[in-house]
Amino acid sequence: MIDIVMMTGTGVLLGLAIGLVVRYFGVPVNPLVESLNELMPGANCGGCGLAGCSDYANAMATGRAKPGLCPVMSAEAVAKCCELLGVESDTTEPKIAVVCCSGDDDHAAKQAFYNGVNDCLNAMLVAGGSKGCTYGCLGLGSCARACPFGAIEMLPNHLAKIHADLCTGCGKCYMACPRNVIKLVPRSAAKVHVYCNSPKKAPIKRTVCKAACIGCRKCAKTAGEGQIIMNGYLASINYDNPPAEGIVEVCPTKCLRKAD
Amino acid sequence: MSHKMPEKSGLNKGDQMNKQIKFYGGVKLDEGKMTSNEPIISAPLEPLYTVPLQQHIGAPAKAVVQKGDKVLRGQLLGEAGSFVSAPVHSPTSGTVRELSSCLGPAGAQLPAVVIESDGEDTAAEPLPIFANWQEASPDELKARVAEAGIVGMGGAAFPTAVKLSPPPNVTIDTVILNGVECEPCLTADHRLMLEHTETIITGARIIARILGVKQIIIAIEMNKPDALEMMTKKAEGTGVEVVGLRVLYPQGAEKQLIYTVTGRKVPSGKLPAHVGCLVTNVSSAAAIADAVCLGKPLYERITTVTGTPVAKPGNILCRVGTPYSSALALCGGVKEDPLKIISGGPMMGMSVYSLDIPIIKGTSGILLLAADEVSQYTPNACLRCGRCNDACPMEMIPGILSSTIEFHHFSLAERWHVMDCIECGCCSYVCPAGRPLVQHMRRAKAVANATRRAAEAASKK
Repeated sequence: MIDIVMMTGTGVLLGLAIGLVVRYFGVPVNPLVESLNELMPGANCGGCGLAGCSDYANAMATGRAKPGLCPVMSAEAVAKCCELLGVESDTTEPKIAVVCCSGDDDHAAKQAFYNGVNDCLNAMLVAGGSKGCTYGCLGLGSCARACPFGAIEMLPNHLAKIHADLCTGCGKCYMACPRNVIKLVPRSAAKVHVYCNSPKKAPIKRTVCKAACIGCRKCAKTAGEGQIIMNGYLASINYDNPPAEGIVEVCPTKCLRKAD
Repeated sequence: MSHKMPEKSGLNKGDQMNKQIKFYGGVKLDEGKMTSNEPIISAPLEPLYTVPLQQHIGAPAKAVVQKGDKVLRGQLLGEAGSFVSAPVHSPTSGTVRELSSCLGPAGAQLPAVVIESDGEDTAAEPLPIFANWQEASPDELKARVAEAGIVGMGGAAFPTAVKLSPPPNVTIDTVILNGVECEPCLTADHRLMLEHTETIITGARIIARILGVKQIIIAIEMNKPDALEMMTKKAEGTGVEVVGLRVLYPQGAEKQLIYTVTGRKVPSGKLPAHVGCLVTNVSSAAAIADAVCLGKPLYERITTVTGTPVAKPGNILCRVGTPYSSALALCGGVKEDPLKIISGGPMMGMSVYSLDIPIIKGTSGILLLAADEVSQYTPNACLRCGRCNDACPMEMIPGILSSTIEFHHFSLAERWHVMDCIECGCCSYVCPAGRPLVQHMRRAKAVANATRRAAEAASKK
């Protein structure tokens, strides 16, 4: 009997104490921030450029940031945010990451045997990594570990592959890659890509990688004006005016491919 | 013993060693100096020299020649790009074939000038000679050091002229010449001390003149008794003191050397100038003497080519831009296939995968290792045994730091003084779990530097 009374009494007293603390010491929460927070994806990826989702919600509520910076949010969520904030809808183009390299173990030569820490940046610090091409993917998976959405798969032959359905374009992999192989491109224009990153002359590239862009300009000539730009010996897609998918047929080394 | 010790003299050798200050940590290594008795040989002319424009720490040199230009030996190829930079000079006479890039010892592509030798090796007009440098003003001498492109030739290649310009609020009272060469296998400095003793002493006195310093000390490890004796003999009456040091790796590291010789400790994150010292390599001192007395810019250096796979290991006077393969061919090529090629010594050198890399001002050695000399191990978890703590000469905690860095806690690692790491390799050498400790440290340092640069760039905006 005593224990029941004790427990009930303690409960009532503690409940009262909590109630009083909330009543007199409670910090008022902006209801706008709360409702914005509910719309956030909650991945805390930092793609918006702020510390995390709740920081971004706060920033939007206080007017420090615009809605639509989050690469992960759906269009409806952004529209709702704008409605809550009472501003015009202004969305940024959603992006997607692309690994611009075809040099897996089958195609790219290895100059050395690397037996150090299993991380791309560490490998870069030892004679620039073991791959013959000094511009290609090192294949040790720094990007895959950095991706908060699990969108990057390391293929068994040491090349990073991005799954377009999971990628949100937050740019974490882009920041993690020490060789700048990963590029962020507009999602709507991401139909064909040049899977090569080396600006070297063709003979140098070909000795270290069978899948490199040889700079033959076939694609640039076949495509429409300004759709494919030649950066020295490397073709690059103009994502503001992308070429049709059929262009991939002309590439002799198959480094110009449809998005995979 | 004829040479003076930093502690009480008049004691016998064993007592002197015991009295000498010992820095914390360090490891005893198998020296493997098989080329100590090989005289320096001059390399013949190469048909092609690839001269990188960045052979030093700091900004790369800016090319002042164009494709097709005729150049002479010692002519300026690139001028210093900024305050922390050094000019680059042509190793021979010939034509500039192209301005391109080449693979450097660290694995990065460096901008380079490719020179096709004409076989004449005509020298350019030398820089004006200081016939009486004792009378020349320190500023003139310092300008010459900068003009001649002299950098620290121990390996780090820091521009010497920058080192000779200490901030105005510090006074330097001691110049220490580093002839320790504690790195196993390398003997380039040893041979230089034997064959060009007087040049080194002149260089030391020029440095002292530039800084207005009275105390000049040349430090040599006790495993080179012939160099020690020769130096002591030649230094008599010049005011230069020669000191023999205990054989312990890394005795030749700047901060450890200062502590052993003067008893002063350089605080964390500070430079030797903070405790009134300046340390420079004996090769750099010799280069300074050549630049001042002969008007010769720095375009050649002594490189040790060694390792069991090398047929005839030796010490070679190579022009800058000579490919590693030519230096190796001069040593009779290889007896067996090497498994690993290292630019520098076994403890601090960089492994490279190509022999097309050119020799630069900081290339103290090329080391080849045979298959049975290279151990391939899989790193295990840290045992918390603490051997790395006992071995670390910077009194750091490498084991704990490496675990921290493995989990990407870079700011914590920085707070625990990862920037103090001198990458000497003692921790990795003693680690029973085979952990790549130095590689972890290097990564943390690279990240910290990148963060600092990003913050600086952001604050400029």
